[in-house]
Amino acid sequence: MDLATFLVQCLNSVQFGLLLFLVASGLTLIFGIMGVINLAHGSFYMIGAYMAYGLAPIVAGAVGGGFFATLAFGIVLSVVVGYLLEWAFFSYLYEREHLQQVLMTYGLILVFDELRSIIVDDDVHGVPPPDWLAGSIPLGDLMSYPVYRLFISGVCILLAIGMYFVFTRTRLGMMIRAGSTNREMVQSLGIDIKILYRFVFAAGVALAALAGMIAAPVSSVYPGMGEQVLIICFVVVVIGGIGSVRGALLAALLIGAVDTFGKVLLPSAAGVLIYVLMAAILLWKPAGLFRAG
Amino acid sequence: MAVSRSAVVLCLAALAGLLAWPAFASDFGVDLTTKILIYAILALSLELLVGQTGLVCFGQAAFFGIAAYATVRFSPEYDAAAIWWLLPSAVAASAVFALVMGALSLRTRGVYFIMVTLAFSQMAYYVIHDTPVGGGTDGIYLNVPPSVAVGSTQLLDLSDPLHFYYAALLALVTCFVMLAVALRSRFGRALAGIRVNEQRMRAAGFSTYPYQLAAFVLSGAIAGIAGFLFAIKDGFVNPELLSWHLSGAALVMIILGGLGHLRGAVIGAFALSLLEELFQSRELMGGFSDHWHLGLGASIIACVALLPRGLIGLPRMLRARLLGARQAGAP
Repeated sequence: MDLATFLVQCLNSVQFGLLLFLVASGLTLIFGIMGVINLAHGSFYMIGAYMAYGLAPIVAGAVGGGFFATLAFGIVLSVVVGYLLEWAFFSYLYEREHLQQVLMTYGLILVFDELRSIIVDDDVHGVPPPDWLAGSIPLGDLMSYPVYRLFISGVCILLAIGMYFVFTRTRLGMMIRAGSTNREMVQSLGIDIKILYRFVFAAGVALAALAGMIAAPVSSVYPGMGEQVLIICFVVVVIGGIGSVRGALLAALLIGAVDTFGKVLLPSAAGVLIYVLMAAILLWKPAGLFRAG
Repeated sequence: MAVSRSAVVLCLAALAGLLAWPAFASDFGVDLTTKILIYAILALSLELLVGQTGLVCFGQAAFFGIAAYATVRFSPEYDAAAIWWLLPSAVAASAVFALVMGALSLRTRGVYFIMVTLAFSQMAYYVIHDTPVGGGTDGIYLNVPPSVAVGSTQLLDLSDPLHFYYAALLALVTCFVMLAVALRSRFGRALAGIRVNEQRMRAAGFSTYPYQLAAFVLSGAIAGIAGFLFAIKDGFVNPELLSWHLSGAALVMIILGGLGHLRGAVIGAFALSLLEELFQSRELMGGFSDHWHLGLGASIIACVALLPRGLIGLPRMLRARLLGARQAGAP
């Protein structure tokens, strides 16, 4: 492998890792902080990608189009959907066993998949990146790197910094962290934890949908994309330590690197590598790399 | 765990119904029920871990698939193998895998345990999927089903759907009774203790690890019986038998049926499979059958919302509702 190829693969692995982080961070919020095992999280990623495909013409008709207008519209929509979902399906599950949530979210996956099939269709679609991000940067003589992938990495890094700031430096972050430790105590201190968590859930949904929207031009849009990303994201969350956003970031970059380089160096074993990695890490550290805290 | 008389009567009535079923059912009905019986065995094996021991395993399909592949691989190509050694060796294959997987996975707890078992089953999936052992995505065929014979007398002809139906029913009843007996023994009490409070069991002087590992291996072996039957039923195995979708479906079956009861697993297997069949059938659902996932998903959601104890809690809930209404209605 020469230097330029290596560099391209490095950039790819970072971009894939950061994208995984975006989906996994929503999962670790919902899963680690609210204690909900949400199997439908991958569906939100899928829905986001389909929004990038389906909303663009609608937004173009309404406000004249534009990439960011579509993104903004999609985010607002997914926050609303997430808020309503939490109210309708999750709000009464907190006191029940975890496994009830598994069953509920399994049902939601089926419903979302079928709604997608009814509203859009079952075909694979391509989504073009916006014109001003469509170019590529030359690397060496033969290789080049698409600008859009750099843009994805940039957006993910900005969001990671933003989340870090909100969690550790704001009152809101403090309330969320307190709630994950002791719900009843936070409630009795006069904070409406129900509404707070409803928004945390909505934010998690929006993060997954946003990841789907910005990934759509790179990965194309296809029906099974949600399930594929779901399992990898659970791997990320668990390796990183449940509830730890910092752990999720590190684990996502690790998985991104292992997956990308695995496909290049050991194509026959690429699929199994991340699971070997997860088993090895959990046998070494049974509670993930970073304990939540 | 006291078994109420009504539960025993209900189980026997269900058994009688299943015994008589082929007399009324079409070929399709018998075939479908055979499939459900096999899934019920798989669900039972998972119930032992999840409902009785409190270990949520997300890799049950690996045991199922490994036994199914072992059945095909151990059979001679153009001859019938004798079931007397084929079944034990297929079950041993999955039990050995369960022993290794359990020995390592049991170091972790809770959600981490769920994910480690998933990781091991995915490893098995990729080994079958990507190496010559499994014959790739297309799967492999079992040309001749094993023979069930003592000396030269043939007891059952497993290529006959009716014989196979009764063989599957016999396997389910055997597994069910064996588990019911095991759970009422000292071993089963220890498992229940571990489920409720592992710490306290340790303090009481139980070494919990061997018990959990034994439950894990037993569960893998029973799932192996289901996999063995599945390979013979279709005469065909493919890597999807090991996929996490099947592990997930088995989990859904036992939660749907009601955790903590062996019969919940069987009820759940029937409920999920029949719901699938119902929403897929073109005669009953018309054009809506193209979107059968929607109906299935909505029914599952409704079950979670309305039945916190699973289907097994339904009669009690109805009774409470009925009595409550009568009391409220009384002046």
